[in-house]
Parts: sequence; structure tokens; C-alpha cells
Amino acid sequence: MTRIPEFRAAKWNEPVVMEMGRPGARGQLFPAPEEEVTQAVGTNLIPGAMARKDSAKLPEITEFEAQRHYLHLSQMTLGMMGISLFGTCTMKYNSKTAEYATLRPELAEVHPYQHPDTLQGVLEIIHDFDGILRSLSGMDQFIFQAGGGADAAYTMTAVARAYWQDRGMLGQRTEMVTSMQAHPCNPATAAAAGFKVVNLPLEENGYPSLDALKAAVSEKTALIMINNPDDMGIYNPEIKEWVKVAKEAGALCFYDHANFNGVMGKLSARELGFDACMFMLHKTFGAPKAGGGPAVGAYGCTDALAPYLPCPVVVKDGDRYVLDEDRPKSAGKVREFWGNIPQVVKAYAWSRAMGADGINLASDISVVANNYMDKKLAEIPGLEISNPSINAHRMEMTRWSLGPLTEETGVSTVDFANRMADYGIDPYWMSHEPWIVAEPFTPEAGELWSKEDIDTWIGVIAQIAEEARIDPEMVKTAPHNQAIAQVKGDAFEDPAKWAMTWRAYQRKILGENKAKGVA
Amino acid sequence: MTDTTRAHPWMANSAPGAIQAMLDEIGAASVADVFEQIPQDHFRTTPLDLPPTLSSEIELKRDLVSKLKKNSDCETNLSFLGAGVWQHHVPAIVDEIVGRTEFATNVWGSYQSDHGRNQAWFEFSSQLGALLNLDVVQLPVYSWGCAIGHAMRMAQRITGRSKVIVSQLSDPERLSVIRTYCQPSAMESHIEVVMVAVDPTTGRIDINDMKSKLDGDVAAVYVENPAYLGTIETEAAEIARLARAAGAETIVGVDPVSLGVMTAPGDYGADIVTGPVQPLGVHMQCGGGVGGFIASRDEEKYVLEYNGFLVSIVETLEPGQVGFGLACPHQNSYGSREHGKDWTGNSTYLWAIAGAVYMSLLGPEGFRELGNLIVSRARYAAKCLSEVPGVKIVWPDTTFKEFVVNFDDTGKTVAEVNDLLRARGIFGGKDISGEDNALGQSALYCVTEVHTAADIRTLCATLKEVLS
Amino acid sequence: MRIGLIVNPFAGLGGAVGLKGTDGPDTVAEAMRRGAQAKAGARARLALTRLADRVPGAAITLAAGALGQNWAADLDLDATIIASPTVTGTARDTKEAVRAMGPLDVIAFAGGDGTARDVASVANGAALLGIPCGVKMHSGVFAVSPHSAGAMLADLMTSPDRVSWLDGAEVMDIDEAALRNGILAPRLYGLARIPVSRNLMQAAKGGPRQDAASALSSAAQGIVADMDEQTLYIIGPGTSAGAVMTAAGHTATPLGVDAMLNRALVAQDADDATLKGLAEGRDVRVILGVTGQQGFLLGRGNQQIGPALIAKAGRNGLIILATEDKLSALARPRLLVDTGDPDLDAELEGFVRVSTGANREMMMRIASG
Repeated sequence: MTRIPEFRAAKWNEPVVMEMGRPGARGQLFPAPEEEVTQAVGTNLIPGAMARKDSAKLPEITEFEAQRHYLHLSQMTLGMMGISLFGTCTMKYNSKTAEYATLRPELAEVHPYQHPDTLQGVLEIIHDFDGILRSLSGMDQFIFQAGGGADAAYTMTAVARAYWQDRGMLGQRTEMVTSMQAHPCNPATAAAAGFKVVNLPLEENGYPSLDALKAAVSEKTALIMINNPDDMGIYNPEIKEWVKVAKEAGALCFYDHANFNGVMGKLSARELGFDACMFMLHKTFGAPKAGGGPAVGAYGCTDALAPYLPCPVVVKDGDRYVLDEDRPKSAGKVREFWGNIPQVVKAYAWSRAMGADGINLASDISVVANNYMDKKLAEIPGLEISNPSINAHRMEMTRWSLGPLTEETGVSTVDFANRMADYGIDPYWMSHEPWIVAEPFTPEAGELWSKEDIDTWIGVIAQIAEEARIDPEMVKTAPHNQAIAQVKGDAFEDPAKWAMTWRAYQRKILGENKAKGVA
Repeated sequence: MTDTTRAHPWMANSAPGAIQAMLDEIGAASVADVFEQIPQDHFRTTPLDLPPTLSSEIELKRDLVSKLKKNSDCETNLSFLGAGVWQHHVPAIVDEIVGRTEFATNVWGSYQSDHGRNQAWFEFSSQLGALLNLDVVQLPVYSWGCAIGHAMRMAQRITGRSKVIVSQLSDPERLSVIRTYCQPSAMESHIEVVMVAVDPTTGRIDINDMKSKLDGDVAAVYVENPAYLGTIETEAAEIARLARAAGAETIVGVDPVSLGVMTAPGDYGADIVTGPVQPLGVHMQCGGGVGGFIASRDEEKYVLEYNGFLVSIVETLEPGQVGFGLACPHQNSYGSREHGKDWTGNSTYLWAIAGAVYMSLLGPEGFRELGNLIVSRARYAAKCLSEVPGVKIVWPDTTFKEFVVNFDDTGKTVAEVNDLLRARGIFGGKDISGEDNALGQSALYCVTEVHTAADIRTLCATLKEVLS
Repeated sequence: MRIGLIVNPFAGLGGAVGLKGTDGPDTVAEAMRRGAQAKAGARARLALTRLADRVPGAAITLAAGALGQNWAADLDLDATIIASPTVTGTARDTKEAVRAMGPLDVIAFAGGDGTARDVASVANGAALLGIPCGVKMHSGVFAVSPHSAGAMLADLMTSPDRVSWLDGAEVMDIDEAALRNGILAPRLYGLARIPVSRNLMQAAKGGPRQDAASALSSAAQGIVADMDEQTLYIIGPGTSAGAVMTAAGHTATPLGVDAMLNRALVAQDADDATLKGLAEGRDVRVILGVTGQQGFLLGRGNQQIGPALIAKAGRNGLIILATEDKLSALARPRLLVDTGDPDLDAELEGFVRVSTGANREMMMRIASG
């Protein structure tokens, strides 16, 4: 019998910080300018037109009150400290050893414009990690400027622009080809970079056809952007031919390695023919993504594309590490400085602690565990695997559908996710849009969780499916054991009701309630 | 080599027998079976060539720390570097909160399970909104330059025009990012970046030159306050007025730590406001602490053009209770692939939490004290430096925390001066002599609340010594 | 939310015994003679059972007797029964019963294309929800199964925020007499409003903005901007193709075919002969939408554009508009063509680019019907 967690979230009824405190209370004092300073320069130094007249309407609280308030907020955040089989994000343990190393002043209090002589330690780590990624991918050079996976995709589009501009063909190579199942960041970044987006639909076998690609690529194609395996857990076995076809048309080939966890140590982007690839360090390489960054999309490419990389590039010159800014063909920067370096250090630490054998073992475990999870999910009535006609074992994650259960009970995948939070289980990832299967969810077992964790997770899924049949209304109004009740979504798209700041809330909602005499 | 007889501390199923137990359940004969989708000739042939495994925490820590110790930092040295990353004091409580594992986690989160984090996000936007006097603040994007780039593209979509005006003395680091966002000229949706002259006596935007460039194709005027080279743009309201009259948007860039003493941009006509989040309680981290915010008035024409996450306060099913969630989610690329307004993804949201804690600690009086302290010490530093023989302050008495120091009359280049200072434990200002500014051998110095009067005297004395 | 349900008890009879459809009393009699079993009632009951399970005591308006009421026997529903005229086995039964039910928001019906067409003709603004059971389902108004139709009824009653509305679903029907003579002549008879399940997003509790119109409008603007001079542009029926007319400043004929030359309107609601005349000595391009679910590009509702014109345009002369949502929801990832000329159909096979928005395209495979 699987143990189902009994859980009650901390519920502090915590006020919004803007409501807290008392006039004149202080949480942080600053010294007054020294007397020699005021004597020399005087006071009221901001020119009149720019001198602030009003007092910013910020809370006035003590240091302890700030600490207690934000600790309460952290306590009302599950943050994967239950069990999270959150697909597409690859849940990992984030090493505190690495975290603490990055908090040391030798990294935290370092400025990127310091002389390289004072940066040799961090540059060495970046250089060594570049080498690790080169081995994993077969690429010739990595950079870490991109602030996430999507930004690395954007880096690819910027590099492609520079590559085609260098050949005087940017006016001709105007199209980016991708699959409907690619992460939305690929078409979105390509569109933002100015390319026309050509999507390929999925065929019955679960991936886009080579014929569709052949029809799509031409002398207009600047690049193709593809992930493999996809979020369904399906691997495109024709990927080598894909790259060949695209390259015959002259296009650059970018491997979005977001779903690297199931193939790390097993595939090499270079050997498959790709010109460039991207790794998510905040996901596959054990750095925390912190609910949405700071993150790193490590972008790597062949020597042929390296001249177009954004600057700076960390290179070793004899015994010294230097920041190479002198790259005349560079695409220009996608972000200031060299990237979220603490995350690079954490990813380096992960790679060193795992080693080649550990990385290989992790991909073994993540695919085996995912198939174990699939087997157990298949035993729960009302759930349906995507592409049910495909019998092959899925890769490291699998797209599932609650469609049959939803039809039967009216409980949707959103309701289901809300209810999971009541068991201290992080709600699962559903799906990027467009939703190709009805009421989707996308679990990924990964190498972190034990078999017992997976059993518990499955047990909760089975329990909620049962609850959906017995008391659908209870599930639809979940969560019931969480810090707050279900949020009402109607305001999110209503200009009269949305309020992105306390100012706006006071003006729109509280002001209105006051006018109506509501407490 | 990984010791294959011992389980890995980060992988539960590396314990002996765990994989086999799962294979048995699946009915697979071997691990290779579950990889059946991958054709044999796709598997890599080159073996992995990685450095030796650091199997224990002890070895790992030793490796990391011994490497990092090869750096010199701004705590043991006296640094005057700024220009996009600035050395500010980070309160201990901020470090405690952003280090909480519930926040610094691997997960993306949800409304129902991560309410506390969402509230912290809303409190970031709310407090920053109070400093800016604006009603809408988006969660931060990758950097200030990226925020400006998105804001310019918002302006392009709003106005249907394709030119932006920026100062000739823009930060080349940010400008490079802006040009990336504005696309090469060969692209159909390219935005032309037009440079406006500055008044050489003040470093401020030349209003007459701006007027001459403010034609019917201009989507936005971008003005920084304080600007890259530290100058305060006293005519910002007039610039915004002229832009509006020409049908263009005014995009302002501000340093949030200046807002205790400088007028809120919402009060001088800014339409879209951008700025860095690093000063609000984030360590410099080699530039890994940067992030950029975007804010505006609460008008649909702006709100519907944001690229990323807008957190709204809303009711819950329990009467009187509030919760938080994402407004207008279908604008971002998660919601609607390439139909989205630009793109979003993982960004720098942990720094929103840092900023929330930081702003709540300071309060209105803290920001006022901080702004006053910074501007006082920075002016003092400029004054003291101007007394060093051969050293000139380019625009005295017009700056906030950064200012341009010219070394032309010292007979030394900035690089030479900085080498001499570094040997004495001082990181001199950013060398801007290679930039397109006609300022000769100049450096951009940054002075903040962490620099005492004594530090400033040390700098001046050391400079005198190395220049003599 | 006022919801009514009507059953065409004879729908689906023909298919069971090798007749293609059952419109008209003679065919019904012939089907019965051949031993057909009526399926529509049983299908309607499946949907009603799902509804009663999900929403016990659900309020619904039913036509009396075999047109509705009989199939809800013993189910936990709060049914309002509206007496209908005598069952004659003709289209009149359906129409009269719908009229008798009075104003409704949604009319669920068990039947095929013929029933859809009859219901649509008297819907008076109500949305249509088809319970599939007829042989012919070219219309884009059907749920994928009787169960999912029942689930949709339950959602409409309990969670209206999970339902969004789509206007312009095709109501198609074949002229059955012609069909039995071997002539396939399906026509577009109207456009109906339908409820669709809303994909609730991960991040937001609120559902997506239905932005199909603006995606089509952007795609259409691009098409108009790229139009060649002296080329005849033939605009097929439906809202997708019609977006191009709107983008060019013209008013589209919803069920008919229009033509443009040098961005000016040169024909409205034109027939094949008129179009052929206009096409003399010019290049021709044909602007088309795609029918929902089935994915028909040619030969369903746009027969005004004859094989000769299509051949003249060729596959590269087809300009196709559809939203990504519509293409993703097709039963198979194919665009079907049935021009009446098998050789031409074969020639058209291959991939085409479908405009799905501003600077956005989707490659789709054309297959012959």
C-alpha cells in the first residue's frame, strides 16, 4: 500500500508587505555623509527639477519584521520540497556545496570589468566547463551570456543573422523552420529576431515527416531549430536525415537540447550533424532555476559559427585566461556581460561531481524510471498516454492525457494539478501550447527521485482520479489544505480588475470597495 | 572514475538493485531496451572526455574554493567600477531569504503550491511601482539592456513606427544589446537606432538636435536618468513632452537607488520605464546579478504589449482572501508560441524576491538616506579627485553616483593608471577611452554607500602617488 | 443557459445498409426494408447518460417521443418535453421540433450533415452541438464522440468558463439524390456557432483569448500585400478565405466565391463559368480555407471553383489560410482535395504552406479525398 502524504501547508494569512508597519519604523539605517563630505559639497545636491518631492509609499517595518514576513512567504511555498515530477524542467538536487561556494566574496563581490588578472579563478572554471560541454556535444566553443534556454535560442537566431549577413544573404535567408512540438521559445525568438516561421505538423507516428521538411527548406531557409526527443517522450529517428536535408539547402541546424537528460552521454549533437546546440544549466546541469531564473542557456557551436558569437568569449592564452572581445564578425550581445556566472559555477560543480560515468548513469536512470512511471500510470483508469499507438518505450518524459477522466467527471487537468498541492505534491507541468492532446500533463521521473517517491506520486494521482469520480466538486474547488484557496482567474484578463501593483489595487479595487462602503 | 560500487548521493536509484527492480516491473530485459527509439547509428562514438570525478563533497568544495580564490574581489580591494553592475550594500536578510531552498529551487511552481513566492513577486512590483510612481511593473527580464530592447519593441508595436532615438553617449554594453533587439537593417522589422547629440558642457541630451530628429517615424525616445556617464537629465520632462507631441513614446531608464532623492519617472511624463534590478540587493557576481525591469502606466495599450510575467493580485474562492497569478498570460511566448509579444522564459525572478526584501527593509526614509549618501560621497569623490594634479572631472556637480574622470593631463593612459592603482589594491574606474565619446583618456568612476570618506581619501592619495 | 436536444431517429440508417444518407421518406423506407437499425437515438442516450452522470437533475429541453424524450427515459434529468408534430421521416420533423422548443442558447442534435443543415436553418442564433451518428459528417459542428458531446453539455451547465465559442463552423451537406447517382456534390449551406473546450493554461486559471480572428487578419494582410498585378485571385467561401477580402477592403460573400484583380473586386458570389471567363489569359491563384476537423481544402463547399481553374492555379497557386489551432485539431494532419478530377487530385498531392498568421506558415500535406 502506497503511503499517501498527509499535508497541511503553512497558512499565515500574511498581509501584503504594503499593508505592514507603522510610520517612522526602520529596517535599515544608512550612515549620514561624513562631516568632511557635507562641508565640501553641501546638501540638496539633486537639481531642483529632478529632486523628489514626495515620499515613496513603501512599507515602514523593522528588520525582524522583514525577515519574519519573507520567511513566512517561503514557508508558504512548496518549492519542490515535496515530490515533483515536473516534466520539461528536469527536477534535480541543487548542491548547497556549490551554492555556498558562489556566495563567497571571491565570486559574489567580483565585478565583470575587473582586470582579467584578478579574474583568473572564475575564468578557469568557465573555460573548464566549456571543455566539459564540448565533450558532451562535440561543439567547438560555448558561451554563457544567454539568460535562459529561450535566450540561447535567441542567441542562435542572432548568430544566424550575422552568419548570413556576412555572406550578403540575410535578405534572402529569411525563414526559420521548426516543428509544432518544438518549445515555443524557438518560433518566438526567431520571430523576434525577424525571421518568418515555418512550422511542421506532427504526423501520426508522433514526429514531423522528413517529406514535410524537404518541402519546407529552400534557398530561403536561414536555419532550422529542433528539439529531440520531444515533450511527448518521442525520439525522431530520422534526425540525421533531417540535418542532411537542411544542410543540403544551406540552412544552419540548431539542436535545442532542452530534453538532454535522457540522452546525455549517449548522443553528440556534432556527430548527428548539428552546427550548434543549447544546454540549460538551470535544469540538466543541476543549477537551481529559482522559479524562473537567474538561469543560463549555454550556447555552443562549431568553429565555422564561432566568429559570429556574442562577445566576450573566454579563451586560454598560454597559461592565462582572457576575455576575447575582439571579434569583428560578432553578432553583438544578447545581454550585458558574460552570463549568470554563479549558475555556470554550479553547473561545473554538478558535472565534476557526476563525472562521465555518473552522467551516463543519470540518463539511464531517468529513462528507466520514466518507463516505470508510465507503466504505473497506465494502470489508472481515466488516463491515456499520448500517441497510444506507439508501443516503444518513451524517453525521459511522457505526455499523458486526462481526457477520458475529464469527460467522465468534469475534472480537468488544471483541477487535478490544484488538488495535488493538497498532498504536498508539486503540481505537474501540463503542456506548452498548442495542446495537442486533451487535458494534458507531462511528468518526468528523472534521476533524483527514488522508486518510492515515484510510487507515492502515482498513489496521489490514483487517489485524485478516484476523488474526481466520488466528489468532483471537491477536486474542482481545490486546494483545500494550502496556504490560500483557489485563485479566481477572471481578473487576469480584465483591465478593470487586474492589478499588478498595490498602487493599482488600491486605486481599482480597494478604492472602489470604499466607495461602495465595503469593509 | 565514479566508484560503481557506491550509490551517488544525488541519485536515489543508483542504489544497488533499484534499476533492476524497475526494469523487472517494466518487463525490459536491459537498460538498452528502454532506449529502443534511438537508432543504433545515432549513439555517440566518441567517448566522453571529462575531467576526473570529484566523488565527495570534500573534494568538490576544495576544487571550487581553490579555483575561486584565484580571483581578487571588491571586498578586499577598493573598487570604483560601475557601468551596469555596481557595488552596493546587500543586507544580510536579503541573502537569507534568496537562499531559502523553497525559492532557490529547481521548480517552476504554481499558484496553488507556491503562493508565498508569488506574493513576494507581487511585492517586488508593488514596491518598485511606489518608487517609480507607476501602476504596472513586470517581473524582471534578463538585464537592463534587454528591458530597453523589449521596451523599444513595445513602442514599435504601439506606434507602428520604426526608429528610436538614443543618446550618443550610451553605454556600449547596453547599446550592443539594444542593436541586437532592433535587428539588422536587412530585416523587414528592423528598428533604426538614431543617435542624438549631447551638450558637451553638461553631458545631457541636446534638445535642439533631438527636435530635429523627432520626425513622424520615431517610435520612441530613450533617455537615461541618471545617464550612462552619471549625468542627471534635468530636462527629462521637456524631452517627454516633445516626444509625446511628435507621437512618440518616452522610454526612461532609471537607477532605482536614486529614487529616494530623484523625481519618480512617472511624475515627469515617462511612458515606459526600464532599469537595473541589481542595485536592489543583488551581489555583482561577475555580472551574473543583473536583471532589468519594465514598468508603465496601467493602460491597455502598454499592458497588452509586455513580453513576460505580470503578477496580479486577485480574489480567491475564500471571501476576503487574496492570491496572486499571471495577468495576460497569452501575450508571452509560453501562452502562444510565436504569436506572443517577443518571448519569455526563465529570467531573473529570484532577484525580484531580493528586490522585494531590500525595498521593504529600506522603506521611504532608507531610500532617501541612501540616495543622499551616495550623491554626497560621489560629489565629494569628484571634488577630491579634481584636486589631484592632472586629473579633471568632465562634468562636475551634475551627476549622481558615477562621473567621468579625465587623465589627459597626467601623461598616462587610463590603462596605465589602473594598472598602478591595482598594484595598490584599488580597482580604478571603467576605462572608457576606447569608446566613441571624444573624452580622451577618461574613466567612469562609481562611488556608492559602501565607499567611506576615508576610502575616497585613500583613492586620491594613491592617485597622487602613482601620478607623480 | 437554455439547452435543447433533438434526435433525428433515422440518421445513420442508410450507412448501415449501404445507402449514403437517409434524407427523404423514400430512402428511409428503403433503409428500413433492408433491415437498418436506427442508431441516432442510442447515440443521443449515450450523451444524455454522460450528462445525467455528471450533472444529476440537469435541466434540458427535449423534443417529445422518438425525437428526444424516449432516449432520456429513467435518466436523472429535469427534462422539459416539447410536443412535436407527427414524425414523418422528413427534414420537416427536425425543423418543426426545433422551432417548437422556442429560444435556445445551444441545440444539441443527434444526426448527420442533413440534420445539422436542418437545425442550422432554424437555429436562430443558437449554437450547434452535433452528436455524431450519421454517415456524413462533413460539417464542423460535431463532437468527437457521443460521450464528449455529453461532457460538453455538462461543462456548459456547470463550468461555462471552460467553454469558448467559435463562429463560422461549416455546415456542409451533400445533395443526396445526386450522391446516390454517383455524383458527389457537397455544398456549404451555412456557418454556425459552436461551443469548444477551452484549453485552460498552465500558468493562468483564465483561458486563452480566442485570437483566431487577429491571426487570420494578419495572415490576410500579408497575402494582400504580396498580391501580384494582373493575376486573378479567386477567394473561396468561409471566414478564413474571407479575411483576405476584408483585408483588401471588400466584403466577402460568406458562402460564395469572389474574385479580385489588382486588389479590386471583379466578381461576387461567382460561378465557375464567370470565374473561367475572368481567368482568360491571366495567371490564377486560389485563396482557400480549410474545413474544421475533416480538413477539406477542395471539393467540399467550394465546387464553384472547378477543376480547370484549380489545374490552372496548380498546387503552387493555392493560397491557404487557417489558424494553428484548427490545423492542430484536424483528425489527421492532411488537407483533403476532391476536385472531381482524380488526375488533378493526384497532381495536387504534396506539401503546401498554410498561412497561420503574420510571418507564420505551417507545412501541410495535401492528400486526395
